[in-house]
Amino acid sequence: MASMTLTINGKIHSVNVQQGTPLLWVLRDSLGLTGTKFGCGEGYCGCCTVIIDGDAVKSCGASVESAVGKKITTIEGLSRDRDHPVQRAWIEEEVPQCGYCQSGQILTAAALIARNPHPSDSDIDAAMDGVLCRCGTYHRIRRAIHHAADLKAGAK
Amino acid sequence: MKKTPSIDRRQFLKVVSVAGAGLAIGFYVSPKNFRDEVAGATPGIFAPNVWLRIDKSGSITVTVSKSEMGQGISTGLPMILAEELEADWTKIRFERADADTKYGSMGTGGSRSTRSLWNPLREAGAAAREMLISAAAQTWNVGRETCRAEVGGIVHVPSGRKLAFGELVEAASKLAVPENVPLKDPRDFHILGKRMHRLDTPEKIDGSAMFGIDVRVPGMLHAVVARPPIFGGSVKSVNATEAKAMPGVRHVVEISQGIAVVADSTWNAIQGRKALEIIWDEGPNANLSSAKIRSMLQEFSTRDGAVAEERGDVSLLGKAAKMIEAVYELPYLAHATMEPMNCTADVRNNRCEIWAPTQSADGARGAVAEAIGLSQDNVIVHVTYLGGGFGRRFESDFVVEAANISKAINAPVKVLWTRDDDMQHDWYRTTSLHHLIASANEKGELVAFKHKIIAPSINGQRWPQRVRGGLDHSAVEGAVELEYELPNSRIEYVMANTAIPVGWWRSVSASQNVFVVESFIDELASAAAIDPLEYRRQLLKKDSRMKNVLEIVAEKSAWGAPLPKGRYRGIACAPPAFFGSYIAHVAEISIEDNNVRVHRVVSAVDCGICVNPDSVEAQIESSIAFGITAALKGVITIEKGRVMQRNFDDYMLLTIDEMPKVEVHIVPSNLPVGGMGEPGLPPIAPAIANAVFAATGKRIRKLPIRLA
Repeated sequence: MASMTLTINGKIHSVNVQQGTPLLWVLRDSLGLTGTKFGCGEGYCGCCTVIIDGDAVKSCGASVESAVGKKITTIEGLSRDRDHPVQRAWIEEEVPQCGYCQSGQILTAAALIARNPHPSDSDIDAAMDGVLCRCGTYHRIRRAIHHAADLKAGAK
Repeated sequence: MKKTPSIDRRQFLKVVSVAGAGLAIGFYVSPKNFRDEVAGATPGIFAPNVWLRIDKSGSITVTVSKSEMGQGISTGLPMILAEELEADWTKIRFERADADTKYGSMGTGGSRSTRSLWNPLREAGAAAREMLISAAAQTWNVGRETCRAEVGGIVHVPSGRKLAFGELVEAASKLAVPENVPLKDPRDFHILGKRMHRLDTPEKIDGSAMFGIDVRVPGMLHAVVARPPIFGGSVKSVNATEAKAMPGVRHVVEISQGIAVVADSTWNAIQGRKALEIIWDEGPNANLSSAKIRSMLQEFSTRDGAVAEERGDVSLLGKAAKMIEAVYELPYLAHATMEPMNCTADVRNNRCEIWAPTQSADGARGAVAEAIGLSQDNVIVHVTYLGGGFGRRFESDFVVEAANISKAINAPVKVLWTRDDDMQHDWYRTTSLHHLIASANEKGELVAFKHKIIAPSINGQRWPQRVRGGLDHSAVEGAVELEYELPNSRIEYVMANTAIPVGWWRSVSASQNVFVVESFIDELASAAAIDPLEYRRQLLKKDSRMKNVLEIVAEKSAWGAPLPKGRYRGIACAPPAFFGSYIAHVAEISIEDNNVRVHRVVSAVDCGICVNPDSVEAQIESSIAFGITAALKGVITIEKGRVMQRNFDDYMLLTIDEMPKVEVHIVPSNLPVGGMGEPGLPPIAPAIANAVFAATGKRIRKLPIRLA
């Protein structure tokens, strides 16, 4: 066991876990941040995506040690009142169905528009094609990302 | 294969008039005069029946007895009740029901939830409305005929006075629940038919929605199970010494499903399982393979099938000018819900509490009670959100397994299936083989038609008593009760069971049979040198709803108009016999390097009264995505008695760049409500395959589509 300090959603957490434990399971089991989902465990589905220092990262493949000293954002910390432009767009475009993959979708989209304020369709394809949705909400996701970009631009 | 008592969601399909309601218990508890004894006894709460509660603040809680797996039922069902209640929609919240017989069947499948609860929820809302009107009339000491309900309150029409529902809670609670309450004319609907925002969306965008995998119970441990990799296998011997010494591992226990490793965290349980040394008894299926199953189906295809449907004189087949024959085949498929199977159970002191992402709360309750030897009264089942269902979660295997483990360790436990576990221990969409023969006269008109389906049977595998005379009615859905007027026809079924567990998979056998029928109809059109749309028109009754839907999809897709270079169209439709809705798709594709790309799907649907147009569209979009995945990618193969696919690298799902634009056109209607969870799926594969034929002249008779 090893004691480590993580900065998640602006707060400092101390955890005591086996070295090499994926960040995913530390978030879910040790810290109760269950908005980050387990889907495949091998980086194919993106359900477990979090934002680390601005990048969308699949937390099933990131060891807890690798996240020490970095700024981690999970779905619980994306905004205070579901008012991040991506979340607002997700509500307005009625994106989720079962909802299971949506934390990963939303965080990947948030990282995209933070870096690229007006992504094209092909930018969206490139950023989002590692996050699977079995319900097929993809074309609403596309619509919502464009909408979120507009909301974000309008808010400035 | 372990047999668990599960519920056949289609068992009473044709028997019970309140369709779907009788699945689990065979009868339906009419809720209209059934005051909720628990909630109704609470002061300050008006609870005239099991479906709603109104408190003094005016907040209205609608009980949702069906599982939310993405289909939007947590919004659609409250809309039905709120409409009759004349509620202020902003005051509506929903609450998921625990398993209880007072709700009738809770099984969520067969696209039946809205259809089966349409009347009960309307009656429940109307009864409450009438009671609130009476309560207001008494309060004002006026005739109740001078009062009416509107937007969350009761108005005294002559004076314009108004009391909000919350102000009437106490007075209404003292009244008897009326019978035979009047229901609204659909022309007066102002909630139903509107694009209402889903009530579950806010929770699903901030991580707070509680799925099965998110359940946390005090003192809970985490488990994964090593299950026999071969269907029909079992544990011969196990050495758990090393596993038990792994960090955090608390127990290694053998249960009927395999060896469970229980630890203080999910990761430690997974690591512990890797350290198990198990020798499996491979059982009788160690040599089973996809090739052998295919040979068996081919061998069985020479047998006479059980006749599922017969019209006219099929012996005319050989007497017409032209014969067309074709053989179609489809693979096993996995459900691959994004949330893998999981369940949390706490079995202690002759009591069992379950938290499960299940499509069958009542079925799971019964199965657990039987498996661990408790009465159902001592089994509590809480239903969480489901991270996809698609029929997989109609099974109770994962629930029973968790209860077994909790019982064995006498502690609460969450059992997680890894992706490999989920992929390799599914109840698969069955494989099937289809022999078709048709004949046409010299004008190209259809004379006779025969379709023989050779396939494993879900019922035959688990409930053989439901298969009479060799016919599993579930296996021929989508092949019988067609809207087409086939003059002389016979549909036959040959049951060909294997050891591969098969189960309900979104749209079940219609996912195969509609592909085959709609592709073959296209073959017949081509043989007759008639446009595929025109050929279908000729087989349909003049004023039929099916024909109307086809005309709409043709118009909206500009059927027959030139397309950009390299683009091709295909059309297909599906009858309403099993889901209650009429649907047609036109798929627009291109082909590059032998890969099919679907660019656009235009869809028309007649689902009777439309509860929430946004949800209808979403279900069609979803069915199309699910169906394209099956048409272009999906295949489960068997070697040495085991499933060869294990994760999303070898069982690929559709990605965002592969998702077509989808346009949905809904036929306005006041006819009885139809189901929407499944009907959009069956016609998408044939629409794509027919477009491939238009592009290449190559007929696709095997899924997934492989052009190379």
